[in-house]
Amino acid sequence: MRHTISVLVENKFGVLARIAGLFSGRGYNIESLSVGETIDPQISIMTIVTTGDDRVIEQITKQLNRLVDVIKVVDLTEIDHVEREMVLIKIAPRKENRLEVLKTVEIFRGRVVDSGPTTYTIEVTGDEKKIQAFIELMKPFGIKEFVRTGKVAIPREISQRK
Amino acid sequence: MAKMKGAEILIECLKREGVKHIFGYPGGVILDIFDLLYDDPDIKLILTRHEQGATHAADGYARVSGKPGVVLVTSGPGATNTVTGIATAYMDSVPLVIFTGQVPTFLIGNDAFQEADIVGITRPCTKYNILVKDVKDLAKQIREAFYIATTGRPGPVLVDLPKDVTQGKAEFIWPETVHIRSYNPTYEGNIYMIKKAAQEIAKAKKPVIIAGGGCIISEAHEHLKELAEMTQIPVANTLMGLGSFPRTHELSLGMLGMHGTYYANMAVQNSDLIIAIGMRFDDRVTGKTDAFAPQAKIIHIDIDPTSIRKNVRVDIPIVGDVSRVLQVLNKILKEEIKPQWEEVRKAWLKQINQWKKEKPLTYEFDPEVIKPQYVIEKIYEITKGDAIITTEVGQNQMWAAQFYKFDKPRRFVTSGGLGTMGYGFPAAIGAQLAFPQMTVIDIAGDGSIQMNIQELATAVVYDLPVKVAILNNSYLGMVRQWQELFYNERYSHTYLSTAPDFVKVAEAYGAVGLRATKPSEVEPVIKEALSIRKPVFMDFVVDWKEKVYPMVPPGAPIDQMILEEKKKERKLKAVK
Repeated sequence: MRHTISVLVENKFGVLARIAGLFSGRGYNIESLSVGETIDPQISIMTIVTTGDDRVIEQITKQLNRLVDVIKVVDLTEIDHVEREMVLIKIAPRKENRLEVLKTVEIFRGRVVDSGPTTYTIEVTGDEKKIQAFIELMKPFGIKEFVRTGKVAIPREISQRK
Repeated sequence: MAKMKGAEILIECLKREGVKHIFGYPGGVILDIFDLLYDDPDIKLILTRHEQGATHAADGYARVSGKPGVVLVTSGPGATNTVTGIATAYMDSVPLVIFTGQVPTFLIGNDAFQEADIVGITRPCTKYNILVKDVKDLAKQIREAFYIATTGRPGPVLVDLPKDVTQGKAEFIWPETVHIRSYNPTYEGNIYMIKKAAQEIAKAKKPVIIAGGGCIISEAHEHLKELAEMTQIPVANTLMGLGSFPRTHELSLGMLGMHGTYYANMAVQNSDLIIAIGMRFDDRVTGKTDAFAPQAKIIHIDIDPTSIRKNVRVDIPIVGDVSRVLQVLNKILKEEIKPQWEEVRKAWLKQINQWKKEKPLTYEFDPEVIKPQYVIEKIYEITKGDAIITTEVGQNQMWAAQFYKFDKPRRFVTSGGLGTMGYGFPAAIGAQLAFPQMTVIDIAGDGSIQMNIQELATAVVYDLPVKVAILNNSYLGMVRQWQELFYNERYSHTYLSTAPDFVKVAEAYGAVGLRATKPSEVEPVIKEALSIRKPVFMDFVVDWKEKVYPMVPPGAPIDQMILEEKKKERKLKAVK
């Protein structure tokens, strides 16, 4: 099963390598990993998406907890949480399609963040399915390139164990 | 306050940590520290002949003394040469602090001379590692390194020291206490779980204790003995746990696992309750995991939560220091449960004694050829069990584990997890340094001893009278055993055709060399070696055909053991 794990770590160099190394060294898969500073600049938070059966996930969370630089590990899959991903997508539609593209962007509550004579660069945030759907819709118009952030996730204010 | 150089800060920190010995090897970027050690009266540097030797020696020192071992080497090749030793210590939870020199910070990443990213290289085999970037942080980071290495589940910690950090200056501020927000090992076991465990112990008809290396690390042997004796539960040891429970005790089952005793494996496999204490269910212990002890409930006590449920299912997990958990458990058993243990255990102990009688640990003595097991038995008899035994890896290691009866903890020093050939001899040097008055014997093979044979110089120079018993069979014996049993006697590259004359090697280094080729010479050689206060190589030319039995074939359940050679004499194929 797919799990979203939130890991609070010391904001030091080498910590990311240590965590990534833990996954690769033990043969666990990382689907996405995003890192950023928290309100306390000495602490970073990582959101890791990974897959595995219960035994593997238990090992992953325990192994993460064992690392000296890890402050807290929360498996968000177990609790109510909000998750988002962002994509920046550059497309080059033909003239007659430009309007339709802009409409679709609106439907998806995206934004055009850059535009050139032949391209639009569009920002869309949402859960993974929404991002995927948007990319699929844009394919016929000619995607030049796109970049995804990987998932970030946070527990809901009144979170309940599932 | 006057400022101190980074190198001076380091030495001051080591003194405050109580370090008396460092194992090391100099080189360009670490020279500032070596320069200070030149006339330091309190800290003695032991110069090995290879950085791997330094790391194993520090490891052996740590295992017998319980204090952290300290290593000091230069950057690049000096640092990378320590990796095998670090990985060995990591697998067996040995507290080491390794200081490596590093090129100056402004050259890091430039492929400078003797530069290696040792922090990156050792990340998967250290408990923690750090590159010190500022001399102001040095004291704090050294303090933390020792703290992390020695607390919780111990392990090696590497501190990488750029040259400009050891040469730079800062005020010396010693942190009296250590607090690391993200590092809080659990020492006290959950009381609810311990109570549950006590109830299971009272209910069980056929329980077995499996005691591992954690019992030695946390000094739990007395509590372990109390538990076993009070509840009349037999104790099997893992390789790392040998000595945590007296082998001569009537409740002892000896070692279990791939080369465990018949009765230990049978007892574990037929038990209805396993109390696993400070052990991690290594695959050499469990055999086929899904066929491991099928009827048993498992109580698992370990300080490291990742060890629990990693390889086998566990019914009652207890995370905590085994010594503290056992004290609480024993108290509950004594005060609250108190059944008539003798009566409850009668049938089970009778069954175990029958297994012990049926198939004891044995070998066939031969008056013409030296059997390796005979050498170990004689060493045991002559030392009366009162020696520190280190081993290399392979058949020599297993025979030592089987035939030397370890009654006390910290007397058996072996590379259990990583299985490092070349470990035993430098480890013996470290052990001898920690206990100069004790008899220290490395049980070696002719293959393994050649992996760090250069350390004989170290033993000679520092006047460390370690003894090395080489079970010389001209083969990489354990691998040959596998080739014989599972590879149709195709001895691919396990015949060591040109071994040196070990007696002459010893003499060339200024040590003593002795040889025995007949069983009658074994005892005199051992006695002579022990009477000489010098390093001695004992070259025992043993039966090359001898194999380690019992043996659980890889992938089989542990009660399916090969117990002995087929009766008719085997004609083994010649070596190509």
